[in-house]
Amino acid sequence: MNERPNLNQAGFGNLAPAPKGLLARGDTSGRIRVVGRSVSVFYGEKQALIDVNIDILDKSVTAFIGPSGCGKSTFLRCLNRMNDFIDAARVTGSVEIDGVNIYDPEIDPVQLRARVGMVFQKPNPFPKSIYDNVAYGPRIHGLARTKSDMDEIVITSLEKAGLYKEVKDRILEAGTGLSGGQQQRLCIARAIAVNPEVILMDEPCSALDPIATARIEELIDELRQNFCIVIVTHSMQQAARVSQRTAFFHLGTLVEEGETSEIFTNPRQSRTQDYITGRFG
Amino acid sequence: MTDATLDTNVGSRLGVDWASEANARRLKKRYAANRRLQFYGLTAIALAIGLLGTLVSSLVVEGYKAFYQSKATLEIRLDPADIDPKNLADANYRRIFNTAIERYVPEAKTPAEKRQLSDIFSSEARYALRDYVLAHPEQIGQTIKLKVSLSDPFDQLEKGVIPRYVDALSSSETSRFEALAGRGLIEGRGADAAMKVSLSIDPQKVSSADIGAGRFRDIIADGLLATLGNPNAVGAAWPMLRDDVADVLKAYVIAHPDSIGQRLENFKLPLSPNYAALASGETPKVFNQRFASEKQFEWLDRLKAQGALSYPFASELLLNPTSRFPELAGLAGAIVGSFYALVVCFLISFPLGIAAAVYLEEFARRNRWTDLIEVNINNLAAVPSVVFGLLGLAVFLNSFGLPRSAPLVGGMVLALITLPTIIITTRAALKAVPPSVREAALGIGASKHQVVMHHVLPLAMPGIMTGVIIGLAHALGETAPLLLIGMNAFIPSIENIGLLEPATALPTQIYAWADSPERGFVARTSAAILVLLAFLVVMNGIAIFLRQRFERKW
Repeated sequence: MNERPNLNQAGFGNLAPAPKGLLARGDTSGRIRVVGRSVSVFYGEKQALIDVNIDILDKSVTAFIGPSGCGKSTFLRCLNRMNDFIDAARVTGSVEIDGVNIYDPEIDPVQLRARVGMVFQKPNPFPKSIYDNVAYGPRIHGLARTKSDMDEIVITSLEKAGLYKEVKDRILEAGTGLSGGQQQRLCIARAIAVNPEVILMDEPCSALDPIATARIEELIDELRQNFCIVIVTHSMQQAARVSQRTAFFHLGTLVEEGETSEIFTNPRQSRTQDYITGRFG
Repeated sequence: MTDATLDTNVGSRLGVDWASEANARRLKKRYAANRRLQFYGLTAIALAIGLLGTLVSSLVVEGYKAFYQSKATLEIRLDPADIDPKNLADANYRRIFNTAIERYVPEAKTPAEKRQLSDIFSSEARYALRDYVLAHPEQIGQTIKLKVSLSDPFDQLEKGVIPRYVDALSSSETSRFEALAGRGLIEGRGADAAMKVSLSIDPQKVSSADIGAGRFRDIIADGLLATLGNPNAVGAAWPMLRDDVADVLKAYVIAHPDSIGQRLENFKLPLSPNYAALASGETPKVFNQRFASEKQFEWLDRLKAQGALSYPFASELLLNPTSRFPELAGLAGAIVGSFYALVVCFLISFPLGIAAAVYLEEFARRNRWTDLIEVNINNLAAVPSVVFGLLGLAVFLNSFGLPRSAPLVGGMVLALITLPTIIITTRAALKAVPPSVREAALGIGASKHQVVMHHVLPLAMPGIMTGVIIGLAHALGETAPLLLIGMNAFIPSIENIGLLEPATALPTQIYAWADSPERGFVARTSAAILVLLAFLVVMNGIAIFLRQRFERKW
């Protein structure tokens, strides 16, 4: 980890980031944080996800890969109950975070989403200032008692997201005025400002250019130190670069899940092999 | 991804010759259809713009005359003997004013002449004088200069709307006369002009013993009937003849007693002066009956020659309440009434409309009930406004017992009319907020309420305000529902206008003025429509500004 170049000086020389995930593959022995058991999702009559069982480790990056429509995003959205907002969607089975079933009627989905942050495919900062973007979460959850507390949370979050040095002179300007990559890092800062336990990322780099992608990937690798991260990606190279564990979804089922190196070099299932080698998808 | 080279000439492979005659024709037809469609569209737009231009220009041509007012600047001596300083308001200002104008026209001596003189000026003149004295009591004993409006006929005269002299004969009278002339029955010019009619001097009607007692009118009537053929034509022919036509015949028969029992071929009956003028090729004119006497013109011309007349901007149009006298009638009462009604309408429809739209768009589940509500709201937007007026009459006035003609009730009815519009536009504005903003807020644990209040509503607000303003502009122009709840009261004073007092509104004022017979109200009506249009343009302008300025920040 020591040889990592400073994010803010990386510039354009850092087009091809080192595959940190491969280097760091040894320490995947974190405790299990998220447990999915027999998770099925129905959109009306159609079953989009069939009986998924998975354990997701803390302080590591788990990548969900698979062709379009395979259910990986659907499963990701089960982890913070974003599927609640789709009238026709129905979830069965259980998802436990730290041993608590988040589909228990006593669980408040609003508080759950403060504990399970999410970063979306398209950067979606609020049309407000950079400061207000980051401060919004802590404000609605009452995490800061004073203005200086809030300032500290905002600055720390921006620093963790590797954005602070770039925006510190225009922190009160609109977040929508940033470049695409900066906007996405702002969204990450916004997600980590409420200090979640799990961060879900739904194809966070698909709308970004390669340089911005590289910076986000480095950031994800850094955040792994403190958070349990789940990332959905279409890019198998990205999965190989940033994740320690990989889950392959196909036609609504979880085909195979394991250490990223295993999945990419020695998959147990032939469907995984076919997808990884580009025979379909 | 085969290695086979693509056949670049697809056309020849399919047997299509792109260069063929048939293909060229097809292409030409396609472009022709394109041009035709464009032509239809352009025609429709040109027609719409043309009609709008016609409307506005006719309003301007008709209405600009109401934006200035003919006024006379008069010197008025405020005699201390006439005004009791302790009771300024009760002095006889009418007499003071009349004395002042009679000084300009010393020859007006008889009461009738004096009345004709004071008729030149607006009946408001004495109140204007009173108000001036109340405001400047120190001027008593001095001679002041006061600008007073001319009364409506003279104002219209100065504006060239009505003439001093009008055609004496209507076009049907003229054409009837010309038909007779065409039959060769009219002869001569000027005083000699006459109608040639063959008369039988019937001994039954004229006895040679007493020619003076002969029934010469009957003889002429018989002659006319024989010549013209039907009684209607005879009735129309009588006014063409001079009043003393029977005496002319009598004089002839007295001079020629042997004509009794004879037939007088082509006897020349003299024409009345108007028709004689027509026979001479002139257009006969008579004094305009709207005025009392020609002397008034002379007096007015004298004032004009002294430079006393001026034509300033008619501030009365905007600052006065309405009046029976067009030169005094203004829109102030209607504008205030419309303002109160719109405020009530806004206060009701804005919160209700937004609440309903937010619930339906953000919270309600899609099911049969919400579908039913949605269909009904869309249909309500198409319900004729007069129906809402009836509803207001039945519910607000009869059931709730709210006061008739009040802006409060008017505003409530207008709110009913604008609610569907506001709900529909608000829902559209909420729908236009991208889902990514909602997801972002939900993703960090905002509750539904926080998502709506913190993110969706502020982003949708410009669109909502646009809809609300357009809805209010719509409400401003509504006439029928206000007529039904009686909000077309005659309000000659703006002091008492309140939410629960009788009031009138701009469109109903226009309606009332359009119904008034005085000539001045024609221009006043057009001017009032222009004022209403100006308000609508301003409101729509604000809506456009909001849309341009605040739309799509994300």
